[in-house]
Amino acid sequence: MIWNEKIECASRDEMAAIQSERLITTVKRIYHNIPSYRAKMQEKGILPGDIKSVENLKDLPFTNKTDLRDNYPFGMFTVPMSEIVRLHASSGTTGKPTVVGYTRNDLQMWAEVVTRSLCMAGIHKNDIVQVAYGYGLFTGGLGLHYGTENLGATVIPISGGNTKKQIQLMQDFGSTAIACTPSYALYLAEAMQEIGVDPESLKLRVGIFGAEPWSENMRKEIEAKLKIKAIDIYGLSEIVGPGVSCECVHQKGMHVNEDHFIPEIIDPETLQPVDPGVIGELVFSTITKEGIPIIRYRTRDLTRLIYDTCKCGRTLVRMEKCMGRSDDMLIIRGVNVFPSQIESVLLEMSETEPHYLLIVEREGTLDILKLMVEVQEQFFSDEIKELEALRKKIRNNIQSTLGISVDVKLVEPKTIERTAGKAKRVIDNRKI
Amino acid sequence: MIIKQVSVFLENKSGRLNEVTQILGDSGINISAFTIADTSDFGILRLIVSNPDKACEILKQNRFSVKTTDVVLAKTSNQPGSLSKLLKILSEGGSFIEYMYAFSMEQDSATIVIRPASIQKCVEILQNHKNDFLFHEGDFLL
Ligand SMILES: [Zn+2]
Repeated sequence: MIWNEKIECASRDEMAAIQSERLITTVKRIYHNIPSYRAKMQEKGILPGDIKSVENLKDLPFTNKTDLRDNYPFGMFTVPMSEIVRLHASSGTTGKPTVVGYTRNDLQMWAEVVTRSLCMAGIHKNDIVQVAYGYGLFTGGLGLHYGTENLGATVIPISGGNTKKQIQLMQDFGSTAIACTPSYALYLAEAMQEIGVDPESLKLRVGIFGAEPWSENMRKEIEAKLKIKAIDIYGLSEIVGPGVSCECVHQKGMHVNEDHFIPEIIDPETLQPVDPGVIGELVFSTITKEGIPIIRYRTRDLTRLIYDTCKCGRTLVRMEKCMGRSDDMLIIRGVNVFPSQIESVLLEMSETEPHYLLIVEREGTLDILKLMVEVQEQFFSDEIKELEALRKKIRNNIQSTLGISVDVKLVEPKTIERTAGKAKRVIDNRKI
Repeated sequence: MIIKQVSVFLENKSGRLNEVTQILGDSGINISAFTIADTSDFGILRLIVSNPDKACEILKQNRFSVKTTDVVLAKTSNQPGSLSKLLKILSEGGSFIEYMYAFSMEQDSATIVIRPASIQKCVEILQNHKNDFLFHEGDFLL
């Protein structure tokens, strides 16, 4: 079911008209209420009157996470606190958290986009949705909660953790959907196996997973272990929380609720918009938010946009699964290289998650890119010529995808250091 | 006779071979023969052991990349020219050899490990020269 067909299936022209009108209003609102952004616009010599349509979006200055921190806690709110009905905050890994405030209208809009997302995932009002995201300052729990209520489905507000109880309620209440992080979904699957609960015996049929990056392989694993359809939902608290975009049942990219959040892709180096379909950094502008509207927020997430109409009938632009972070970008001999691109090349060649390490050295004036790849079972052959062929194939595939030559070295499993959580993928030894 | 050979991926680093042999020794697995094929960066250690499945499992537990490959065992007499004779019949029969190595446990004969492109073809040829080269179950004492 499509929740808001008029918007979700609008033509590109209709969408551009909606976006233009809303963008103009939002830019005025920010210019007149946020001194730091006004200063940025003045510096570029842009006045609110210069913004005549969505075409002018690319002329506007960016907003960075540091802008939110510098204006901690409420400096970027464009309404008095009496209008703010809720606060959320994301824990910063360094220093202060990022605080966001919502007006009553903001909360209504948020519930609407989450409801659309749930419908995209194939959830309807007869479903019982177990929300196992944390409830609290984090946007995951409450975001999914109100979207589910707005849809008219039944919400189980169990919050995160307490795995045994999660499984027990799935059995007793007959939950048909679960919302949590993909890693917790895998953890749940393992816990079920441990206590002898067969996922087939549950009514669970779909999972809405987000709040952390996850691969296609992880999707396959979750789907196989929990016997459900695993749907990717995207969001960040600076924009609204979960529901900025979400996959439909075709799982071919996440539909962006672009009548509220305009996505752009830029080259993280030149900061210029890239051609449609090219990978780059995702940038969002909120165009209906009242509490804390944000123009051209640099998410640092890497992806690309797909403008074709989806099989589901929605015209909402789709963003591919995020392929890493622009913070990890390397510039080698003038070419932008994202470790995630290397990873996709390796993934295409095997069934399981590859372990690899990129090492960049500078010899004289030349940058040398070395790639160490662990020879896991799926790569291992008993014959030297096969392994040499593998090495050559990796080299050629990277050369043709990225346009850059790389020295490939095959190493034993366990050679590349694993750190808890995020694996270290790049060592840059260049002294520049 | 067809048996399972254990292959292990090794980087060219000192101490790696010792680590493998120690792991196998500690698990009571006997190595009858081995060979190393190497390049400047890495090598493949190929082993004939008393219990290939167990060896494979233990090495996997120790996070080596391991696999088993079927190889053909042939027997030649311990005399000048006998290896040449074996190669001649294989070549004439159209059996292409990926690699091979030999070991000897008895005075009057040598054991040849052959990895042919086609196991079936190789075995067929050897069957036709039963008395000269075919390895019998009982000949192999690990
Ligand atoms: Zn769709």
